[in-house]
Amino acid sequence: MAVELDVFVGNTTIMDEEVYQLWLDGYTVNDAVKVRMAGGVLDECEANQDVLLSDTMDQYRTFQMCERLLQSPAKLANQLLFQIPPHRQTMLIERYYAFDDSFVREVLGKKLSKGTKKDLDDIGAKTGVTLKSCRRQFDNFKRVFKVVEELKGPLVENIRQHFLLSDKLARDYAAIVFFANNRFETGKKKLQYLTFQDFAFCAGQLINNWTVGAVDNMVEDMDVDLDKEFLQELKELKVLITDKDLLDQHKSLVCTALRGKTKAFTEMEANFKNLSRGLVNIATKLTNTKDVRDFFIDLVEKFIEPCRSDRWTSADVKLYLTHYTNSAHILDSFKHQAVWDRYMGVIKSCIFKMYHD
Amino acid sequence: MPGKLKAKIVAGRHLPVMDRASDLTDAFVEVKFGNTTFKTDVFPKSLNPQWNSEWFKFEVDDEDLQDEPLQITVLDHDTYSANDAIGKVYIDIDPLLCTEAASVISGWFPIYDTIHGIRGEINVLVKVELFNDLNRFRQSSCGVKFFCTTSIPRGYRAAMVHGFVEELVVNEDPEYQWIDRIRTPRASNEARQRLISLMSGELQRKIGLKVLEMGGNAVVGYLQCFDLEGESGLVVRAIGTACTLEKHSSGSLVNTHTHPNTAPASNACNSPSKDGKEPVFGEDLPSSSGPPTPFRNLPTSSSSPPPFSPSKPCSRQSSSSDTDLSLTPKTGMGSGGSAGKEAGPLKTLLRQQTQTALEQREFPFFTLTSFPPGFLVHVGGVVSARSVKLLDRIHNPDEPETRDAWWEEIRQEIKSHAKALGCHAVVGYSENTSICEEVCILSASGTATILNPRYMREGCLDIGSTDHRFDDPSPPSCGFCHIPYDELNMPFPAQLTYCYNCRRQKVPDVLFTTIDLPAEAAVTGKGCLIQARLCRLKKKAQGEVNATAISNLLPFMEYELHTQLMNKLKLRSMNALFGLHIQISVGENMLLGLASATGVYLTALPAPGGIQIAGKTSGDLNNEQHIQSIQKRINDTIAKNKELYQINPPELTEEGVGSPIPEPRQRSRLFRSHSESSDEVSELDLSHGKKDAFVLEIDDTDAVEDIHSLLIDASPPTGFYTCNTETMPGIYNWTTAVQMFTSVRVLRLSNANLSNQSLNKIFTDLCENLLKSFYFKLRSNIPCCLCHLNFTVAVPEEELIQVSVTAVAMTFDKDQTQERFITKGGNETEEQLQFPLELCADSSSTNTQTSSKFSGVPENTIVSSRAASVDYGSFADRCSTWLELLRLKAHTIRRGSVKTSRRTQSLAHSVSSLENCSPLTEGRPRSLRSSRSFGGSSVTMVKMTPLSFLPGTRIIKYLGIINMFFIRETTSLREEGGVSGFLHSFIAEVFAMVRAHVAALGGNAVVSYSMKDCVLMENPNKNQAQCLINVSGDAVICVRETDQEPMTSMTNIGQSCTADGAT
Repeated sequence: MAVELDVFVGNTTIMDEEVYQLWLDGYTVNDAVKVRMAGGVLDECEANQDVLLSDTMDQYRTFQMCERLLQSPAKLANQLLFQIPPHRQTMLIERYYAFDDSFVREVLGKKLSKGTKKDLDDIGAKTGVTLKSCRRQFDNFKRVFKVVEELKGPLVENIRQHFLLSDKLARDYAAIVFFANNRFETGKKKLQYLTFQDFAFCAGQLINNWTVGAVDNMVEDMDVDLDKEFLQELKELKVLITDKDLLDQHKSLVCTALRGKTKAFTEMEANFKNLSRGLVNIATKLTNTKDVRDFFIDLVEKFIEPCRSDRWTSADVKLYLTHYTNSAHILDSFKHQAVWDRYMGVIKSCIFKMYHD
Repeated sequence: MPGKLKAKIVAGRHLPVMDRASDLTDAFVEVKFGNTTFKTDVFPKSLNPQWNSEWFKFEVDDEDLQDEPLQITVLDHDTYSANDAIGKVYIDIDPLLCTEAASVISGWFPIYDTIHGIRGEINVLVKVELFNDLNRFRQSSCGVKFFCTTSIPRGYRAAMVHGFVEELVVNEDPEYQWIDRIRTPRASNEARQRLISLMSGELQRKIGLKVLEMGGNAVVGYLQCFDLEGESGLVVRAIGTACTLEKHSSGSLVNTHTHPNTAPASNACNSPSKDGKEPVFGEDLPSSSGPPTPFRNLPTSSSSPPPFSPSKPCSRQSSSSDTDLSLTPKTGMGSGGSAGKEAGPLKTLLRQQTQTALEQREFPFFTLTSFPPGFLVHVGGVVSARSVKLLDRIHNPDEPETRDAWWEEIRQEIKSHAKALGCHAVVGYSENTSICEEVCILSASGTATILNPRYMREGCLDIGSTDHRFDDPSPPSCGFCHIPYDELNMPFPAQLTYCYNCRRQKVPDVLFTTIDLPAEAAVTGKGCLIQARLCRLKKKAQGEVNATAISNLLPFMEYELHTQLMNKLKLRSMNALFGLHIQISVGENMLLGLASATGVYLTALPAPGGIQIAGKTSGDLNNEQHIQSIQKRINDTIAKNKELYQINPPELTEEGVGSPIPEPRQRSRLFRSHSESSDEVSELDLSHGKKDAFVLEIDDTDAVEDIHSLLIDASPPTGFYTCNTETMPGIYNWTTAVQMFTSVRVLRLSNANLSNQSLNKIFTDLCENLLKSFYFKLRSNIPCCLCHLNFTVAVPEEELIQVSVTAVAMTFDKDQTQERFITKGGNETEEQLQFPLELCADSSSTNTQTSSKFSGVPENTIVSSRAASVDYGSFADRCSTWLELLRLKAHTIRRGSVKTSRRTQSLAHSVSSLENCSPLTEGRPRSLRSSRSFGGSSVTMVKMTPLSFLPGTRIIKYLGIINMFFIRETTSLREEGGVSGFLHSFIAEVFAMVRAHVAALGGNAVVSYSMKDCVLMENPNKNQAQCLINVSGDAVICVRETDQEPMTSMTNIGQSCTADGAT
């Protein structure tokens, strides 16, 4: 006796959120049945394993049929094949585009190419995410990347509209797209302590302040490419470290302001020139694509690590950077206030976010 | 030129990529009606073309309008090679021909290809301008309304029920034509789809003509079937009930869903016939222009054989069918009995009168399953007939005569069975076939009844009419249970007792019917689905030998199914079956029998005795012990079931006589019986005492197996109820959450040498497991009832068993049930309170005398503990007729369910009803989303249900019948996820196409939906499969009970159109 065929189709498509998650997580039907059994769903309805298997198969089939629509979510709303209430559609889309932070951390900043896709089994093994799930997540990144690549207008809004995602998820995708486009290095050992959310925050800062879109919102790729003019202007900041007077003046202003306000004052005073050189050098080198990629590693090496070795607290960092930024305004001979603010605003918030264990 | 059809092709979306090079499509559309074809321009390089064509106009006869579908083909333009077809849309324009139905068809239709399934959508507008045609000899029947619903549709009242209409058309099956060898599978499938569409159009038109001839204006309970006979042809046949329907005034429409059709009697009667034809039966029939069926004036006696059967050269298999005829047991169950003493002469008069009206009809059959109150006077029992025929012996396969004669024969037999039960009419009538190679089993079944003659004549529905004195004096809650046949001359052995409700007339010990439970029936507790399942092996054989073998097996199968049903009924402590449907399906090496029905405990019928196990050889100690243990298990099961289904009938008589201090409630009941006739009570006691337990004898291993299988049926888990009728007695507070579903399972029997026993086990497990799956899948809908569970079995190939189920899960409000009990207060247990609504209403409607007595009984009786009892008391004086009381009852119910609808609203707003999406809840989430979604959710939600209503809503318009036939074929079965994946997507596609058609008609729901056929053929080795599905239903617009406007509006379509253009 073998069940040759077994289907159940509802006029309103029946989808169990738990099974959907198992499917998204890449469980095979049999594994999903085991998980569900362990979850005690059988006790609910006097069911047995066969019933569970049949139900899981049905649902998996439904999800597979839906997958094509989920890949272009706008279609899901006006397709006729599945009758799914709007709030369920939202849930389906949101979950389909959700990703594992551990997985995205591995591919963040990598080129979304076939080459990377081939490494997915390694990433899967490393992160404990099933290969199937890895593929879905990777394909989602790639799909979103491809679609928004050719669109004008704000990145987050484009993603939200095209993929009908929540604001939060759209922002995360914007970060992924931004990182992939600029190929930021995130995989170095020194950066391992940073989470995806840290990077996503930084990406948001960069998108909002350093891209073309920050000044003009009707250009193609406006939110993906950094503002070339701005990067060029950053070179002007070099004067802060090359001009000896300016450097000393800056230092004394900052020290005066800091004195007595923190325990780490001595370290701050001793390291001022080093740190300032580090930050300004990052700024001046950003015209090189290679250095853009190393932006985060530079921040860690040139600023975060020295501070950490001197045992600065987060509050110390905040205090220091605030005064460091503001004091530059008082420097008479320093003429690049606007660029300085645009640069330091982002650097400040990025470092705040990144300064943790 | 009586009609102008106009069609406009607006746009397409989600088209498939047809040009691999550009990843785009150059689409254009061909619009075809009859022999005229129009084309749109090519819309180059787009997957979302905007054709915005001119109006294509077809000037056609209305005959063609009825027969032909509008055929829309979407193609990909190719400069160098032939244009590739993307897919087709067939639009049945019949709904536009009825003034009361839809006025325009407009919307997105899935583009369907028989090989690839749905490939994008197309937006189409269709209109029809009809010119008045005064030609008396016209061939069309535009304007006759068709309903699949097997009751008087909501919002209408039946001014006249004319009776049975049937028609049958035959054609060569395109799949078996010589040309099929050279054409593509796609061409062959499309030829078949088109042919069936044409044939059903023709069939509907012909039936419409018959209705017009009878003076009616509608067909209710329209049941259309296909017989794929193979070589000998393709048959489309239909039966229905011709009626003259009138629109209700809107007031009486409110909330008829809990108790269907309680209102019609309260309406004034306008002239029912529009064309001035005399619709009275007695006078209608003798007129020369009768329907073409030739045997109108046959003697109706069952003994005289139909004159055609011996003379027809084609019926060479008559030997088999004759054997069958004589052997087929009369499955009539039930009883009736001589009338009470005072009712005798009246009843005779009534019977004579009804008989004259009905007997002049060729077939006094009705496909309806539920009726206006008072329509059914007595129910005799189930009548059925089967006959085995050989398809390769049809003399002239292209003509319908032979099949007509076959059905004629069967119907005559049904009629004579009904007569034997003392009945003059058959209701809940249906016909079906099972075909395997050249053998065909024709079956028909129905419920023998005596009908109220008032419905057969014009002006009959006026309450004050003189006919009223012929009304049966029995109360409506039990009247239909009273035996219609003569007590001294019973057609089958049955134990009669006096009715437990009115105690005036005789009732049988059990009652089997094919109809829905009458709304006014008094029921104790809840009901449940009861199934009998049976497999019988047979030797493979050919031709006549095969047919004889089958017809020899049939009576045994019927007998066994019947025994199983009876046992299971008793095991659940119930005494009546409703909606009984017995299907016998033939395969090459086996026969499958499946009987489904809903068991209930009718208060009027005696309590069923238990089941007693008896060993054949007494003395063996081991054996005795074994028997005792089985007996104990059975007794435990019965006790458990009683509790589960809340069957707690008042044990009136025994206690009344036996116990020294009767409870007040029982005293009042006793009082009532005494007031009517004292000697009846003693008689009743006698019969009650005599009641025997049902004895099962264990004489061999088979019997042991039988008993085991009896006990194997699991009862539904907590929170679930099951039935195959429209609703479950005792549940009224439905929410608007409905989930219709179709499930198909096919089992391959791997072991070649199976015994009947093990086959039975496999088959039973298959059905039971299906039910278990449903419970599990629908667990989020708890508390809910699976209504209209319709099982269909087939043997598609040797060693394959296919079971398809369509049903609807309806959620009800548990809290409110409890609330109701609480408001009733009193110290009664829940079980006892399950039926008070019925009981009060019934007892008060018997006559004024009783009801006033009832309201006078002490506080803690059922009646007075109800909040509504005051009303009854005060109204009692005015209730001179039970009709008025019925209205009163309807009123109370209406009041009750206002609560329900309010509750539903609050539910709809809460997030907890996620799973149970309803169009009602649609508005809010959409508006929330609209800011972020691209096109917005522009698809109208369409609810589907096999029932004739949607709870919590009111049908404001019937838009026409949906009758669709699809073929799907694949040559890449593995790639589509195997045969399960293939069928899963096909069923989803069929649902989608039904929904799209309904939405395009402006509707938002399908009621009385059914999947008539699901024929699946597979060949996994060749990676191929083919499936045919036929579905039907009534497209409707329904509104929330409190609203006036439709739930969703047509503007959606326009929105989606523009929104998509932007994509």
